[in-house]
Amino acid sequence: MTVKLNEKDKRMLQGEYGKATKLAMSILVRMAEVYGAEEMMDVALAHIDGVGLLSEASLEFAETLATLGGRVAIPTTLNMVPLDIQQWEKWKIPEDYAHRALRQIRAYINMGCIPTCTCAPYQGYLTPRFGQQIAWAESNAIVYANSVLGARTNRYGDYIDICAAITGRVPKYGLHLKANRRGQLLLRLVDIEPAWMKSDTFYPLLGHFLGRTAGDKIPVIEGLPAQVTDDQLKALGAAAASSGAVALFHAVGVTPEAHTLEEAFQNEPPEGVIDVHPDDLVAAQKELSTAEADAPLDAVVLGCPHFSFTEFQQLAQIIQAQGGQSIHSGVQFVVLTNQLTLSLLQRSNLITLLTSFGIQIVLDTCDFHCPILHSETKVIMTNSGKQAYYAPGELGVQVALGTMADCVRSAIKGRVVRSETPWTES
Amino acid sequence: MDRIVMGKPVISGAAEGLALVSKEPLSLWGGLNAYTGEIIDRRHERSGAIVTGKVFVFPQGRGSSTASAILVESVKAGTAPAAIINLKLDPILALGAIVADELYHKTVPIILVSREDFEAIQEGDYLEIAPDGTITIRARQKE
Repeated sequence: MTVKLNEKDKRMLQGEYGKATKLAMSILVRMAEVYGAEEMMDVALAHIDGVGLLSEASLEFAETLATLGGRVAIPTTLNMVPLDIQQWEKWKIPEDYAHRALRQIRAYINMGCIPTCTCAPYQGYLTPRFGQQIAWAESNAIVYANSVLGARTNRYGDYIDICAAITGRVPKYGLHLKANRRGQLLLRLVDIEPAWMKSDTFYPLLGHFLGRTAGDKIPVIEGLPAQVTDDQLKALGAAAASSGAVALFHAVGVTPEAHTLEEAFQNEPPEGVIDVHPDDLVAAQKELSTAEADAPLDAVVLGCPHFSFTEFQQLAQIIQAQGGQSIHSGVQFVVLTNQLTLSLLQRSNLITLLTSFGIQIVLDTCDFHCPILHSETKVIMTNSGKQAYYAPGELGVQVALGTMADCVRSAIKGRVVRSETPWTES
Repeated sequence: MDRIVMGKPVISGAAEGLALVSKEPLSLWGGLNAYTGEIIDRRHERSGAIVTGKVFVFPQGRGSSTASAILVESVKAGTAPAAIINLKLDPILALGAIVADELYHKTVPIILVSREDFEAIQEGDYLEIAPDGTITIRARQKE
């Protein structure tokens, strides 16, 4: 063993803090060896992705830790879970699945996790601070926490998340250390009209290109407008963490570790320079959209990652502009979000408008992990790069990527319609 | 003739099987069906291929945090590859292999190799992996 453990780490590893802590610590120490970390360090917050997928192993792992007396040592939030906790019976979810899912969620809650149940934890409760050391899992949350908030986490995966939460420790390695957060690739936006950057589709397309190009390197984007919104950065990061292994990006003049180009690169030259041209966005659009234009539409899915209150406001405005038309009878319109956002919606007067238009608000979960879409669904439309990326494999459907407004118009028509944008080919 | 290359074991173990080779990174969640062993990323060049029992040779894992859970589940379900050979480490894959070992005492060896050795492995070669990371490459018989 090459990793140096402190006295408490050693006692945890030897089982003096109980069997759950011992199991958690052995996994962490083995990962420290894999990383080549020299020592362990404290983390202040954890976010658990391992609760989201329901499999035999995931349930067994959670219940094993809970039964062995596992208890989180730091504030720990939960990612989306395998079903809508309160209203799962509305969908045709097999009872056996539901009961196992509820057992899995209960195991994590019993260990002291906070049931936020969202994949957008940075827009809710317990937002990490700048520079704070955290152990977050969920690829889109990781990239957001690192890039937009300036908190520090590695790309943690399912199961090490709860180990970090129980012990409050992680291997000291990777993005926890400032030197490793230095930008590596410079991405320059070339010939891209400022007006394009106002479209919500621009961000998932740029994100998709970023992931494809950067792989697991740290890209620095030059040319994003300072007014870019949190929701746009969320869409960008989610797409980049799907097509690539991006865990951190900098955007000069936008993100907190990149006030200047020099700061982003920590005064060293970039390893490479890549120019992003309009053609690259056209190619990303083609790659992400597998459905034919005008194809009959079965479902619209928004809220990947979970919809924020501001996104609901935008959606409500778009619906209002449709002059009272409602959703085509063959189309299911699902918006994925969390309980916190729903409470805000209930206090606003948007909820009646949304539901009378025919929108189903799904809490806590998503269509990838829970069978909420009708089984005969063949074509879906979304404004999310992440949803578009994974839908063909996870759901076996064709997917169309468009703006939020296009999604609404398509839902009314019952067919995929897309407005003219520089990156849609007619 | 057999060719012997030295890899670096990330998760060490003995394994053997036919090489399933891809030049493209893959996220196991959204990329692998843990119950059938099929590559289900429809944008991936090896979409439709079955990894079960093969030595899966691809540059690197990427994408979802749930990849580790898929690897554990595939070990439990018996659909996992015999071993994984990568160019670059994806800690989330290593994590899956470690958790499978802790929970089920079964794992998937993960070996890192140099670009040159990576390029030397061809689809259908028979690979034997030793716990120290030595890989014996038996070239596929030409028809």
